[in-house]
Amino acid sequence: MGSLFRSEEMTLCQLFLQSEAAYACVSELGELGLVQFRDLNPDVNAFQRKFVNEVRRCDEMERKLRYLEKEIRRDGIPMLEIPGEVPEAPQPREMIDLEATFEKLENELREVNQNAEALKRNYLELTELKHILRKTQVFFDEHEGGASTTESMTRALISDDPNKHMGQVQLGFRDKQESLEFLPCFVAGVILRERIPAFERMLWRACRGNVFLRQAEIDTPLEDPSSSDQVYKSVFIIFFQGDQLKTRVKKICEGFRATLYPCPEAPADRREMAMGVMTRIEDLNTVLGQTQDHRHRVLVAAAKNIKNWFVKVRKIKAIYHTLNLFNLDVTQKCLIAECWVPALDLETIQLALRRGTERSGSSVPPILNRMETLEDPPTYNRTNKFTSAFQNLIYAYGVATYREVNPAPYTIITFPFLFAVMFGDLGHGAIMAVFGFWMCYKEKPLQAKKIDSEIWNIFFGGRYIVLLMGLFSMYTGLIYNDIFSKSLNIFGSSWRQNYNESTLTTAKSLQLNPDSMDYLQHPYPFGIDPVWQLAEANKIIFMNAYKMKISIIIGVFHMLFGVCLSLWNHLYFKRRISVYVEFIPQILFLLLLFFYMVLLMFIKWTSYGPSPPNFDDVRTSGYCAPSILITFINMMLFKTDPNMRTDCDDTMFAGQMGLQKFFVIAALMCVPVMLFGKPYFIMKEQKARASQGHQSIEASAENGTAGGAPVPASAHHDEDITEVFIHQAIHTIEYVLGSVSHTASYLRLWALSLAHAQLAEVAWNMLLRKGISTLIIIHTLSTCRAACRTRRRTCACGRCRWRTRSSPRSRGTCCSGKACSPRATRAASTCTWCSRAGPPSPSPSWC
Amino acid sequence: MACKFCGPKLSLVGVVLSVWGIIQLTLMGVFYAIKSVALLEDLPLGGGHADINEFIGEVETGYTQNSHNCWIAALLYVITLVISGHQFWLNNRSSVSM
Repeated sequence: MGSLFRSEEMTLCQLFLQSEAAYACVSELGELGLVQFRDLNPDVNAFQRKFVNEVRRCDEMERKLRYLEKEIRRDGIPMLEIPGEVPEAPQPREMIDLEATFEKLENELREVNQNAEALKRNYLELTELKHILRKTQVFFDEHEGGASTTESMTRALISDDPNKHMGQVQLGFRDKQESLEFLPCFVAGVILRERIPAFERMLWRACRGNVFLRQAEIDTPLEDPSSSDQVYKSVFIIFFQGDQLKTRVKKICEGFRATLYPCPEAPADRREMAMGVMTRIEDLNTVLGQTQDHRHRVLVAAAKNIKNWFVKVRKIKAIYHTLNLFNLDVTQKCLIAECWVPALDLETIQLALRRGTERSGSSVPPILNRMETLEDPPTYNRTNKFTSAFQNLIYAYGVATYREVNPAPYTIITFPFLFAVMFGDLGHGAIMAVFGFWMCYKEKPLQAKKIDSEIWNIFFGGRYIVLLMGLFSMYTGLIYNDIFSKSLNIFGSSWRQNYNESTLTTAKSLQLNPDSMDYLQHPYPFGIDPVWQLAEANKIIFMNAYKMKISIIIGVFHMLFGVCLSLWNHLYFKRRISVYVEFIPQILFLLLLFFYMVLLMFIKWTSYGPSPPNFDDVRTSGYCAPSILITFINMMLFKTDPNMRTDCDDTMFAGQMGLQKFFVIAALMCVPVMLFGKPYFIMKEQKARASQGHQSIEASAENGTAGGAPVPASAHHDEDITEVFIHQAIHTIEYVLGSVSHTASYLRLWALSLAHAQLAEVAWNMLLRKGISTLIIIHTLSTCRAACRTRRRTCACGRCRWRTRSSPRSRGTCCSGKACSPRATRAASTCTWCSRAGPPSPSPSWC
Repeated sequence: MACKFCGPKLSLVGVVLSVWGIIQLTLMGVFYAIKSVALLEDLPLGGGHADINEFIGEVETGYTQNSHNCWIAALLYVITLVISGHQFWLNNRSSVSM
């Protein structure tokens, strides 16, 4: 059998590797990706394994690389993709070089960063000082200018009646007050802007209103050196008197993390200081620029290689991690590994091992030894770029056990087809197919781009699914005769209208009877007749009946196919009992109930309908067609509804009632077979074995060699059989309820198809039809103006526009001022209605 | 560049929308021109026609008018395509030179 049908055959192999060659060999196997190693020291914890040191060193390297990457990202330097091939795992001795490189880079970067941070802090302080000097200058200018309210306030606060405000605290400073009166103490500093209100209130309360705070905002944001965020700050200056207040104010400032700066009192000093600050800032700027340049150079150099390094380090780490799984031989000369290998790939693996040995320069070839085992091998499905997407869809539901039939190849058809049943629209399908085709066509360049967006990766991973879904949707769109919710009339509709002219002009809606020559008595060759698009009254009803039946038919066949696949599993694993007591009852259950319903649908389609040329046989006409759903429900309930319609048969075919009863009973009989069949046979088998075993044990007991063995055996057997019962009960319930609920669930195909078609129609009506009718304005604007001008009526052209219509006949109604002027207060829409519905000649009675 | 007023994404969206609009409206214009029955519902028709010929006449003028409208709109989209294409080109060029 092909490898797509079942998962690959796996063998357990033992691998003896020489210690020197192990690294190179594992590296080669890693590049191949066909081997699954088993952990041979499961009871040794991660820290006691042999290559723990190496793994740790790799971890350390990775940390350094991550640090580098973070810094590179922060500077916004593009990281170069690895050109061409992915690098191979480096030799173990290269690890030391890599470590040294990373160490150097990291140290350099850290130093640069530290310096930059120190410089930035310095710079920040200086800028803040500059702002303080500038802003306080304003305060002091106001102060000295006199006459300002600030000054009087300050004075009032500081000198007037200190006893009242300052209380006892200030008592000791009375004598100093005289000298301080004209030059109150002050501190100046910078604080975060959002802390200002709290700060102000705190100062006021703690100092009982004896300090005076002035503040001014610094307009430009400052950079916080530690987090490099942009922060807004404010300059403040606090005036107060006395040492105690000073300590208090300083404490509060500290509490609010305000930075205080010395600020000279004399204006000349301040000016001098400002000059000094400015020159220092300029010096700092040049130094900072140089530091940044250096940092940038280092990072650009690192960015060229960082992806490469990441791959290398990860490969080394993976190799050592794998080596940790190996068993050390007693002599320490060789490593022993156990691994699962696809049987077909043994040759390539041998080759890879030989290459690894050559690379390491070892003389002893590695030994690959097949082992016999009773363990369940892992499932491995070989995929290519086309099937892998479908295989992943299957894996989303669960991984099959070893050598079971793989449903993925069938999914290639069924998944896009079921999607297409729901998405059936030629236009939408074409857009999807074009998108999918573009992704497949540009596969290599798109793959090389490595786009990180998650949504894009979902689409790109499923590009073949998208392409197939698009193509299948185009097909179902043709069947539904839907293209952007419009129909194509390729072969010519099979419906004609035979009404005379007077009926056509007066009737609101007309009916076409298939039981007459309205219908040409041969169907539209492919898909649904386009006439249904114009059938506003019952299009949805007709399409619903069709799509519901189609989805049930597809669903029942889908389920039957799935059950049939299980037959291959039973045959392959030689479970003959399962074929008789699982597969056959399961398929009978489905056939007798749901496949019979499908048959009823076909019978209904073929035996009811128009009967040309006389159209007089009522029994086979659509009038007598029974409802399949009601028939099926009645079948399950053993009920017969009396037929209300005269002249109709009660049943669809002779003997229907008896057949249906038999089918239901037979289907129900299948359930106990499914439920008890397998446990019964297993129990019988075990009993037979136990009686044999018992005899042998008795025989051996007589010899006196074994004793007490039967007791644990029987206990084990009891547990086993209950488990089988429970498992089988769950399985049966799941199958029976599942087949009922799945049949109902397949109706979702119809529901989503309906939703899609209706949404497409709504989109057409609400977007395009409106668009088309407003476009008319552009065209008719000129004709409207002309009409207005010639009539010379009072009607405004603005309203005219709404009242005119494109056809030349109705232009007459445009500006009949007589008709519209009495109702000038009414909305223009009324007039629109008038002119639309009105007769060609202008008549006042219409408005 | 002084006349660059769209970013790369906006100009790309403009290009895609314009191409779409041109294709769709040209096709719809063609369908109206060949008097597709499926589009009959979208014609701006009034009620109350005295006789069938008048109705047919109105339908036919409606078809030609709508097809002209569609083509006019397609031409408008050509203008937006030119503008957004130019913007896209400017954006592309500037990003390459950087």
